[in-house]
Amino acid sequence: FSAVTVVGSNYAMSNGGGAASSSTHLLDFLEEPIPGVGTYDDFHTIDWVREKCKDRERHRKINSKKKESAWEFTKSLYDAWSGWLVVTLTGLASGALAGLIDIAADWMNDLKEGVCLSAMWFNHEQCCWTSNETTFAERDKCPQWKSWAELILGQAEGPGSYIMNYFMYIYWALSFAFLAVCLVKVFAPYACGSGIPEIKTILSGFIIRGYLGKWTLMIKTITLVLAVASGLSLGKEGPLVHVACCCGNIFSYLFPKYSKNEAKKREVLSAASAAGVSVAFGAPIGGVLFSLEEVSYYFPLKTLWRSFFAALVAAFVLRSINPFGNSRLVLFYVEYHTPWYLFELIPFILLGVFGGLWGAFFIRANIAWCRRRKSTRFGKYPVLEVILVAAITAVVAFPNPYTRQNTSELIKELFTDCGPLESSQLCQYRSQMNGSKAFTDNPNRPAGPGVYAAMWQLCLALIFKIIMTIFTFGLKVPSGLFIPSMAIGAIAGRIVGIAVEQLAYYHHDWFLFKEWCEVGADCITPGLYAMVGAAACLGGVTRMTVSLVVIVFELTGGLEYIVPLMAAVMTSKWVGDAFGREGIYEAHIRLNGYPFLDAKEEFTHTTLAREVMRPRRSDPPLAVLTQDDLTVEELQGIINDTSYNGFPVIVSKESQRLVGFALRRDITIAIENARRKQEGIMLNSRVYFTQHAPTLPADSPRPLKLRSILDMSPFTVTDHTPMEIVVDIFRKLGLRQCLVTHNGRLLGIITKKDILRHMAQMANQDPESIMFN
Amino acid sequence: MGAGGEGVCVCVCVGGEARYEQTCLLPVLLQNSEDIRCKCIFLCHCISLMDNCLHVVEPMPVDGKDVEAYCLRCECKYEERSSGTIKVTIIIYLSILGLLLLYMVYLTLLEPMLKRRLFGHSQLIQSDDEVGVCVSLNIAPFANAHNVLSRSHSRPNVLNKVEHAQQRWRRQVQEQRKSVFDRHVVLS
Repeated sequence: FSAVTVVGSNYAMSNGGGAASSSTHLLDFLEEPIPGVGTYDDFHTIDWVREKCKDRERHRKINSKKKESAWEFTKSLYDAWSGWLVVTLTGLASGALAGLIDIAADWMNDLKEGVCLSAMWFNHEQCCWTSNETTFAERDKCPQWKSWAELILGQAEGPGSYIMNYFMYIYWALSFAFLAVCLVKVFAPYACGSGIPEIKTILSGFIIRGYLGKWTLMIKTITLVLAVASGLSLGKEGPLVHVACCCGNIFSYLFPKYSKNEAKKREVLSAASAAGVSVAFGAPIGGVLFSLEEVSYYFPLKTLWRSFFAALVAAFVLRSINPFGNSRLVLFYVEYHTPWYLFELIPFILLGVFGGLWGAFFIRANIAWCRRRKSTRFGKYPVLEVILVAAITAVVAFPNPYTRQNTSELIKELFTDCGPLESSQLCQYRSQMNGSKAFTDNPNRPAGPGVYAAMWQLCLALIFKIIMTIFTFGLKVPSGLFIPSMAIGAIAGRIVGIAVEQLAYYHHDWFLFKEWCEVGADCITPGLYAMVGAAACLGGVTRMTVSLVVIVFELTGGLEYIVPLMAAVMTSKWVGDAFGREGIYEAHIRLNGYPFLDAKEEFTHTTLAREVMRPRRSDPPLAVLTQDDLTVEELQGIINDTSYNGFPVIVSKESQRLVGFALRRDITIAIENARRKQEGIMLNSRVYFTQHAPTLPADSPRPLKLRSILDMSPFTVTDHTPMEIVVDIFRKLGLRQCLVTHNGRLLGIITKKDILRHMAQMANQDPESIMFN
Repeated sequence: MGAGGEGVCVCVCVGGEARYEQTCLLPVLLQNSEDIRCKCIFLCHCISLMDNCLHVVEPMPVDGKDVEAYCLRCECKYEERSSGTIKVTIIIYLSILGLLLLYMVYLTLLEPMLKRRLFGHSQLIQSDDEVGVCVSLNIAPFANAHNVLSRSHSRPNVLNKVEHAQQRWRRQVQEQRKSVFDRHVVLS
């Protein structure tokens, strides 16, 4: 009877809610904590509730000791401010690394063309910066910059030097790509790819040890420069987010508040990813919104302010390093302020449709290619694959001047409208002025032969980029997706813009153009179409909304053009969603089988908890532990025979009433620790999870108390709970597992993996593709 | 903006690293309506910061009283860069890259060669009467007995710790390589 009353009070406490059990937790924590308990294995999910409880406990302890002495007070101040310190350090490091990457990538890119003889560390533009001998038409030619053909053959023009330049271009591209993939393979295999899908998964509570470590950081920085310089169709924005998160992770180890608590660490990582996008684009606000919309899983308001601070510090550091030679942080600054007209919404929406279609096509094609790489023998030769892709890219890209140049420069050229300062081929309109009579009643200009040639080259460049990016994203070098998609959109947009401009010229007496195009003003701005196209394509592939619009208008400074941007981005998202709800990052998460419970998807099926829980009818019964019946040997036997991550603890086999939940890792560590530290623990010692030891015969060995590792407040649902509510609970609380009871007795368990498998099954996808716990 | 403008040039100022461009804004009224205005931008050639369009553009395309209107306002766009930062950054980057390349060559080519030589050497030792020594000291077959003995007595713990840390790192990288390249479970 005494046992029953003890049991009864335990039961009441475990069902009494969080407050009651936290007091028992406090008592247990005051007993010496076992080192190692509370940490997680690699490739496992964290327990958000436990981490948050631990943090609140720590905060309470510090606050209660605050009034005792000045030292304790300083410690509490330090604790409160350590968050800001981590975020500042992360911003500083991200800005510095981004500056290094920008300068080095610009230099190495031009190394494929030639060298600056007077100063080897200058790229082409910097080499000719101070030269007196540049003329307007040939702003790039100066005697200090020698192309390879000039150096090796001695002559700058002619077919021989063209072939020599071609050959040297391919040679440099291949050697950079080969170096990049070798470094990744030998030193840090986690440094390949974009990094954003894995960071999304990590931020939702997954552990990947080494993914945000020092070697990954160093190799990612170095090989990103090499990969960009090799001319492959990739960008550096996604990898910069990874670099920033590595910095955040490394700095959080300096402060025990963040290093010991996985949930707090993820707040720092959210702020770090905002800093990463901020330095990639020069868009601090866009970075914060990107972190909120794309990357983070839980984003409390405190993180919003810290992310903004991190983004600002990073942007400030980058600006003071000043890699672009002017004090602008913005990459593709557009300086025109010509208005747009209402009828132009039609081509903008068409560009949005193109962006959505291209996004859906790219996601399908890229996932199919990555799946083939993952499952067939083709994936066994990563180095060969990188060299092959780099060779094909270099061979096809060199003849076309639009693909030969750096993709960022291409985007800048396409965004810039033609003014008297521009002398590129794209701006060779036929001039109508002859002296005094400056203007006819036709506001636009007809295209010269230069523009037609440029259009052809741009079409070929578009097809080339669309095809090559499918094979390039996912290679075993750091690769990002933002710049190639923006380039594809900018090319398409510029082509449409020039087409509409010529349409307006040749048919200027149509109703549309006559109504809106005022005489004497430039009517159509093809640069604006390029900008809208770039936003549409990027939106189609990543399915970002607000953050994309903010990033684009921070990139270009074109605040007047928010409405066209929004129209195009909305259209591309709607068109893209019609083909598939996932963006590219969610698709890669699903391809890798990460346990990511997407917060954007709705669970609309009417299944109940008992249809999803384990054990099913055909499975062996639930592996449970009784609260004071087991011996150490039996406990170890249960742990070794099964592969479950945790075990519910019940009162007894007859009553099946729930006491709590114990994790496998914690049990193993506690048993090992006890056998080392405490004397008299033998294989047949009794293990008890209750507060007081059970009555044992006099000659039995010393019993082992494991109450401190028991979670007394596991979440339970009844078997008739609809799965909608269960999925909601998992999402909102960040649970790893949830116990199912029936009439108060323990029936089964639902884990996150079961939920993901169930959702995959409901969506007619392969449930076995969910790999991790 | 529809200016014809031949003879447009870019300004370069001698001396120093700064570069100046000058623009002149010419407000020209084309129509009599108040709503419409056109602006043309011409670039002037300047020798120093103090020059302005009025004195430098030759030949002047407009005459007499229009000259002032032609060059109503000159704006200078100031650009600067820091070549020291660029030099330091490139040197840092190339030195880190060079160090990594050397370490990679050492890890992939030199170390197996050294190990093979040691292995071969200890095989020779084992074939002699030092087999008993090796077995009794419980040393792994491919470590040279003499080296290990001398190392553990004369060198302090620092080198052992470094060896230990390096071995642990190598094992971690091996694990990562297996999951990324061989089993394709992460980052496919």
